[in-house]
Amino acid sequence: MSSSKVASMHDAIATLVRDGDSVAIEGFTHLIGFAAGHEIIRQGRRDLTLARLTPDLIYDQMIAAGVARKLIFSWLGNPGVGGLGAIRRRTETATSAPGGRDGLLPRLELEEYSHFGMVGRYTAGAANLPFYPLRSYFETDLPKANPLIREVASPYGDGVVYAVPPLKPDVTIVHAQRADAAGNTQVWGLLGCQKEAAFAADRVIVVVEELVDEAVVRADPNRTIVPGLIVDAVVVEPFGAHPSYVQGAYDRDNRFYLEWDGITKDENALQRWLREWVYDLDGRAAYVDKLGVERVTSLRPGTAPSGSVDYGRYE
Amino acid sequence: MSGAAAFSKSEMMIVAAARELAGQHVCFVGVGLPNIAVNLAKRTVAPELELVYEAGVFGARPARLPLSIGDPTIVTGATSVVSMYELFSFYLQGGLIDVGFLGAAQIDRFGNINTTVIGDYDAPATRLPGSGGACEIAINARQVFVIMRQSTRSFVERIDFRTSAGNLGGAEDAERIRREQGWLGRGPSLVVTDLGIWHFDEGGEMRLDSLHPGVTLEDVRGATGWEPGLAEAIQETPAPTADELRLIREELDAGGAYTG
Repeated sequence: MSSSKVASMHDAIATLVRDGDSVAIEGFTHLIGFAAGHEIIRQGRRDLTLARLTPDLIYDQMIAAGVARKLIFSWLGNPGVGGLGAIRRRTETATSAPGGRDGLLPRLELEEYSHFGMVGRYTAGAANLPFYPLRSYFETDLPKANPLIREVASPYGDGVVYAVPPLKPDVTIVHAQRADAAGNTQVWGLLGCQKEAAFAADRVIVVVEELVDEAVVRADPNRTIVPGLIVDAVVVEPFGAHPSYVQGAYDRDNRFYLEWDGITKDENALQRWLREWVYDLDGRAAYVDKLGVERVTSLRPGTAPSGSVDYGRYE
Repeated sequence: MSGAAAFSKSEMMIVAAARELAGQHVCFVGVGLPNIAVNLAKRTVAPELELVYEAGVFGARPARLPLSIGDPTIVTGATSVVSMYELFSFYLQGGLIDVGFLGAAQIDRFGNINTTVIGDYDAPATRLPGSGGACEIAINARQVFVIMRQSTRSFVERIDFRTSAGNLGGAEDAERIRREQGWLGRGPSLVVTDLGIWHFDEGGEMRLDSLHPGVTLEDVRGATGWEPGLAEAIQETPAPTADELRLIREELDAGGAYTG
């Protein structure tokens, strides 16, 4: 049978994420891979191209730590709260901005789309297509800002649409509720575009709240969004998506998202935060300990179980 | 008790936008004030309203007011949870959305919107969030509602960057291009600000139809970067009712995160 792909976060990142890689840590508000992002910071990766629809706090932290040279995105902010200071400081500058362990970081290169454009890019990447066509960008300045967004005529003579190129990350990291040791991965709640980003990638790391038996996956195959076939490593890291959330397991820590607004505006405060919560900890377990039982408990939701369906037995 | 309870500018904006949703069916919800407005409409003028969230939810029944657009409360109890690919392809581009809500850092008289940069794109004075789903909502939703505060910095003669298309250079221009390019939407139809309610005239230009209680025409002129078009008879926006205020304060934004 299939062999286990279970690895520690340290080993998965050390083996599969390399300097200069393009990396997608997806998850639309839900299931954002903070534990994986922090390990990339700790291991001091450099010159990454980071792709994500909404860079969110995780890319603000990674960019503040100096791991990235380029950002591919569609909406830049702390949703419902404000801005992302590290990214802004490295964008609203002609040359370089304070940041990183060395004290100065070069201007961040931006490649900007819309949400649908980013989803289309992963879709084309996953499906091995040369581009993805969409009805968007008409009469906007986005194609001027990003010349990779191009007009294309329908081959059937019925008009013009816009095309975006495939996005094939070197590595996609997906956080999920559960997987088996072979990497068959199940998600419920918001699906974002993790499936597309995973299938588009050369290497896939899955980070889960819970490792389950293959039989659990097979009992509910409709819930599997990523098959072990395309997965290189399975990391078991409970609470690994905090301060984002995992449907049914823990709530979004909105208090942290609000607090980040103050931290990110001040480069020194941000670097202090990185030292305290990333560099000085050896992994997610230490982070959860530091967070404390009370905070963790306060984020546990009540229950709302699904009804179960009967797949039937056909022998 | 009289109906003349005190209310905030945000509450007036929410109530004005919610009332405009009467008769609408499928609404693409935005974060912040639009989220409260849509949920208020569902409890008042539009009980049949279907809430669509770009995170991939159709028929949401949020039990609390989410801080973020992708909060777990929009999932639990929803009609359907879909991938973002399906949401943007089948629901939005497929033509199922009646009203899409947009915010704006800058808007011009024709309802063209900037949420990308203030200043030059390559060396911006202020880097804003960018499009998100806005540029595709702007052309694929049947109509677009905008909620924003107005000042001469946000209501401008020329926007610095066109993130989302409105009525372009005017209605004639916009009609021709929509027809030629097969857009599904008719573009912006409503702008609710902290000062009043604007719709669009036959030329595709914003027209002030209603002033919120206590606001004067001079206030509006002083907060508009062009000579504003005015309705022949400008109304006063009816103040929020006691029931509307109760729903906002006790159910939708009890913490006062958005309206306090």
